This record gives sequence, C-alpha cells and structure tokens, in this order.
Amino acid sequence: MVKKTKKSEFVALVGSQAAAMAMKQIQPDVVPMYPITPASEIIEEYAKFYADGEIKGEIILVESEHSMLSAAVGAAASGARVMTATDAQGLLYCFEELSIAAGTRLPIVMNVCNRAISAPANIHPDHSDSMSAMNQGWLQIYCETAQEVYEHNFLAVRLAEKAMLPVMVMQDGFHTSGNVAKVRLFPDEKINKFLGSFKPVHSLLDVDKPMTFGAIKLMDSYFESKMQEDEAVQEALKDFLVIGKELSKITGSRYDYFEEYKLKDAEAAIVIMSATAGTVKEVIDKMRAKGKKVGLLRVKLFRPFPYDAVQKALRHLKAIGVMDRTFALGAYPPLYSEISNAVYNPEKGPAMQSYIFGIGGRYVFQKDIEKVFNELLEGKITKGIRYIGVR
Amino acid sequence: MMAEEKKARDLKWFGRQPQKLLSGHKTCQGCGIPIIVRFVMAASDKPVVTAQGTGCISVTTPTWPYTSWNVPTIHNAFACLASTLSGAETAYRALKRKGVVKKELNFVGFGGDGGSYDIGLQALSGALERKHNMLYVCYDNQAYMNTGNQRSSATNKGTATTTTPDGLVHHGKELFRKDLTEIVVSHDIPYAAQSAIYPYGDLVKKAAKAFEVKGPAFINALSPCTLFWGIDTGIAYNISKLAVETCYWPLYEVENGVYKLSFKPKEKLPVTEFLKPQKRFKHLLAPENAGIVKELQEHIDRKWEKLLKKCSEA
Repeated sequence: MVKKTKKSEFVALVGSQAAAMAMKQIQPDVVPMYPITPASEIIEEYAKFYADGEIKGEIILVESEHSMLSAAVGAAASGARVMTATDAQGLLYCFEELSIAAGTRLPIVMNVCNRAISAPANIHPDHSDSMSAMNQGWLQIYCETAQEVYEHNFLAVRLAEKAMLPVMVMQDGFHTSGNVAKVRLFPDEKINKFLGSFKPVHSLLDVDKPMTFGAIKLMDSYFESKMQEDEAVQEALKDFLVIGKELSKITGSRYDYFEEYKLKDAEAAIVIMSATAGTVKEVIDKMRAKGKKVGLLRVKLFRPFPYDAVQKALRHLKAIGVMDRTFALGAYPPLYSEISNAVYNPEKGPAMQSYIFGIGGRYVFQKDIEKVFNELLEGKITKGIRYIGVR
Repeated sequence: MMAEEKKARDLKWFGRQPQKLLSGHKTCQGCGIPIIVRFVMAASDKPVVTAQGTGCISVTTPTWPYTSWNVPTIHNAFACLASTLSGAETAYRALKRKGVVKKELNFVGFGGDGGSYDIGLQALSGALERKHNMLYVCYDNQAYMNTGNQRSSATNKGTATTTTPDGLVHHGKELFRKDLTEIVVSHDIPYAAQSAIYPYGDLVKKAAKAFEVKGPAFINALSPCTLFWGIDTGIAYNISKLAVETCYWPLYEVENGVYKLSFKPKEKLPVTEFLKPQKRFKHLLAPENAGIVKELQEHIDRKWEKLLKKCSEA
C-alpha cells in the first residue's frame, strides 16, 4: 500500500529522512545500498518503505560501496533511474567508480551525508569526503537544510538526466542528516509531472541496437572525450538554472547557484557551504544590529563552479573570509581556491582570507564567526590559512 | 530452434550460429578467450547482454572507435564485473516489471582469473549470495596476463611469472592455486562448473545449462595463453586436452549441490606431459626442481581423488 502524498504537507523529518522521502517520491528503478554512518539512515528509511511495499523499483543490498556504485553503473547503463547514498570511507571506497560513472555519462544521483575521512577515524561532519571527489566529473550541490536536501533531490534527477552526468547532493552529517526540521512535502502528482520518465540515449538492454559501453580509448581520442565531459559539466550551469525555474513553480523556492544574505551592502562577507551558514546568519543579524556591515554568500552549486556569478556577487566587498570545512593538505582549501579564482583581480577587488573550520565535527560557535567578521572588517588579512577552534 | 538441433550442438551447428563476437579483435593469435566467449554466447537461445571485467578481453575487443561485440556489452572496472552485471540484471527486472523492456534476455559476464579469484572475488561472492539471474564466466589463463604475466591466486605451484620468476633462490610460484570453483560451489548456487575448450561440446553444453537455470551460474574455463604460457599459437585445443588428461584441470559440474564428473581420462597422464610444451614451466624440467614437480603431482592427485569421491566415481 503506497502512502501517497496527495497535497502539500508539513512533517518533522531529519535530513536523512528528507532525502529518503524524496527518493520515495522519485521511485528510482534501482537503489544499490550499503550502510555507513550517517548515510545509513537514508537507506534504512528507504528499506522500510520497500518492506512496506511502497517502492515499485528494486533495491540491491550489496556487499561494499565499490559494488554499490558499480552496480549503479550497470543499472544506469541499462536505462534505469538509479539513486544511492553514502559518505566518508564509503565514498572513498567507490572512488574509481566516480569517474567511471561520469565518464560513461550516466545520470546517477547520490546523497552524501558529509563526514570526515580517515585517518584518524572520525564519523563527524566535515566536507573532506565530497571535496576529495570534486574533480571526478560529478555535479555537486551542497544543502543547508533538510528542506533543501528534499527539494534538490528532485532537481538533481532532472539535472543528471539532462546533463548525462551523475550528481551528488550533500548535507552535513548529523548536523543536517540527524537534526529534526520542519519539511514541507510536495504532492506526488506534481513531483511525477516534474520528473517525467528517464529516456536514455543508449541502453545496454537494447539488443536490437547493441552498444559497447566503456571501450578503451587510446592517446588519440581520450583527451577529446574528457573535453566533451568537461563541456557537459560546464553546460550544467545553464541546465541547473533552467530546471530550477521549473521546480520553483511547484515549490516556490529559488534555485540559485548560491544564497546571498545581507550581502549587497556588506563590507565584509563570509563564504561558506552547508549547515554552518545558519550560525553565520545568526551572527550577521546580531552584528548588523550593532551597525557592522557584514554578509554571507552560501555556495550551493560547487561543481560546476559558477565563477562569473560569484565574482559579480563579491566584487564590491572589502574583505572576504572563506570558510572551508576541509583541508587540502599542503595547499589552500578548495572553496577558498575557487573563490580566489572567481574574484582574483590584481588591481582591485576584495582582500581574501582563508579559514578552515569544523574538521572532524569540531563545533563552530557564534563567537568564532564574530571573530572572523571582525578580522575582515579590521583588514587583518594574511596569505596564510587560519584555523577556527583548534585547541 | 528445432528440439533435435538443440541437442546436437556440434561444430557444424556452432559454425551456423550468428557471430556475437565478430572477428577483428586484438587478442593474440591462438588465445583461448574468443573461443570461450563464442562457445558460451552461442549456447544462449535468448539474446545476451554481456559485461567484461578489465583484462585481456576489455583491451582487445572494444578498442574505440571499433568494437567486436555484436551484442550489448559493458566494461566498467577490474574488481566489479559481478556487481556491474548485478546492476544490469536488476535494472532489467525493474524495467521489465514496468513494461519498458519486453524481451527475454540472458546476462553473462566474462572476467579473467585476476578479476575473479583476486580483486573481484568479493563482488563475485556478493552477486552469488544475492542470487542474481546471471552467468559468470571466468576465463582462467592462470595469471594477470593483460598486464604482462604477473601471478594471480589462480597461478599454480611452480609456474614462472614475472612476479614469481625462476631465480637463483626461488623457482616459480611457491603456493598452490586457490580453488575458485569450490569457493563458488559453497555459495549454494544452482549451477557451477569447471570447463575447457577440450573436448568440444563441454563448454557449450555447460553454458546452455547455465543459461537455463534460474539464479546465478558460474563456469570456470581454462584459457590457454600463447604469449605467456609460451606455447605454439596453434595448440590451444591440444594444450587444453593435456590439462584435462593430466587432471591438472578436471572437468565437472555441480548442479544444486550434486557433483557430476564431465570427463574421466582413459589414461591419467603424468603432469609433466602438460608442463613439457610450455615455456612457463621450462625450469621445472631441470633435475634440481624435480621436488616441485613431485609436489605439484601429489597435489593434483589428491584433488583428483577428492573430486572423484564427490562425484561418486571413486
């Protein structure tokens, strides 16, 4: 008995449940699944739907994440709509399959509950897992709230199929995936109409038109394949907005590359992704009340990176503090690097400071954010990286 | 196909089958792989959807912009032949139920010993445990041949490979081979078999049975490698005959747990007959290595006796 969502309703869900709920409404044909904290909650929730007969498709309880994603590749090549979920060591365990999925141009959608990678072993939130995977050809969307996770799953399915590229939808492990939030669900009928059905260009199951997937390509042609793939990732900048506008009609939400919060007249801004942006917004409100001109840019679409739009949004600022939730050991962390690329202007333009925060689940407090803004406003900028909350 | 014709899948019949793997691929002259692949695919009455593990097969048959495959095929990576095929087979069931796919299809994957005994063993085990409806064919050429003849766990004792060469102190691989067929049998699947290209018909018959079963089926087929076994390009069939007649490579099947011997040599030949034509065993013919040959022979004899008992042939 499928519990249908007939009209818009509000429910209390944790982020992982929100992802599972979206998956249920999407009704993917195949979901290969393997547990890892905290993404396990997503597949557990989905498995319960399956056990209750609410899922029309199949699930595959594979024996590792490498098999999870390689089964996803086999299924997607066969024309099935495929989704899955993992994080941290699980994402790393299927790492070679990431570039294979993207290079084979398969529209797999994967929910990632961002979690720190080993070693040392740590199960708490940071972005080191999905950031390790940032150059594999997957489109990457970072969500702040359970509501965003829910909505972006639908966007991701359409985006993946339009771009013929796999998509990762991120949420902070535990912070978002494990915290209860008010989520507005949308009716099945409207979601189904938005999603349509998957019409693959080629299918492994088409025996009348047999295709070879995954052929070996030598020095004379591999380069061009990668160029095509890169073009497709960049094209997704456009696709993201177009599909987002369509989804807006159902949800009423905006699907921009990033969220701007009190940014237009700010002197100093923080650039950050995911749940901690919530804390930043609280601090902004408090500091604004004291007359400080501070603002936020919360990046959502990280791959492809919207350089032009970011540059336009940030160029008026005196100082930018970029807060990365990952190390890029031995180098500037990734979000900082991308923002640098976007705003770099040797003549003028904002000064930039790199910060690393929240590694391995290390909490960030409002006072930490306030310190960042004060440093930016006071022009305390250096070339080095600053670390927030290190003991 | 006529019922009588179905039974007599002889060479004439084979010659009449539509080519599912076309010529023009780049396997070495005399390679066992295309023979195995063609025999297996010919045995399927339904259209086949295939998958390949990274290895000799995946670098010689689909070399862009050409492909030798006249049937759908997917190459993913090295460790995941079984899981890729699991995904395809599952998608098929889901889409068939939806009415999107209407045809009856057979799923078959081809992987080398490297991808089956070693790096891909986990995925194979998982696929068997989940009881996917698919046939997994291991073409066992007894080492990592695609990367230039490094040992695999399928390499038998005494074999010289690039990572177990014959040297001053060590003389070829010092460990006996893993018995993958027995590992597979312990997964309680409907059909598992060990086969070779000799005698003609063994592989075709077994593949036909494998395609008929509901659930996972497995065939481990000995695949001669002219380049790295160091044999003449024309003797793939004959060297397989020697492998079988020395009981170095017994032919048997296990149907729902019941063992059945496929071939009992009239005269069990000593293993040296199999070793002699191959350069990879050349060092074993030296008198100082007689001990290794003795151990290999004892191992073969022990396993053969054990198999005969299981097949109620002892």
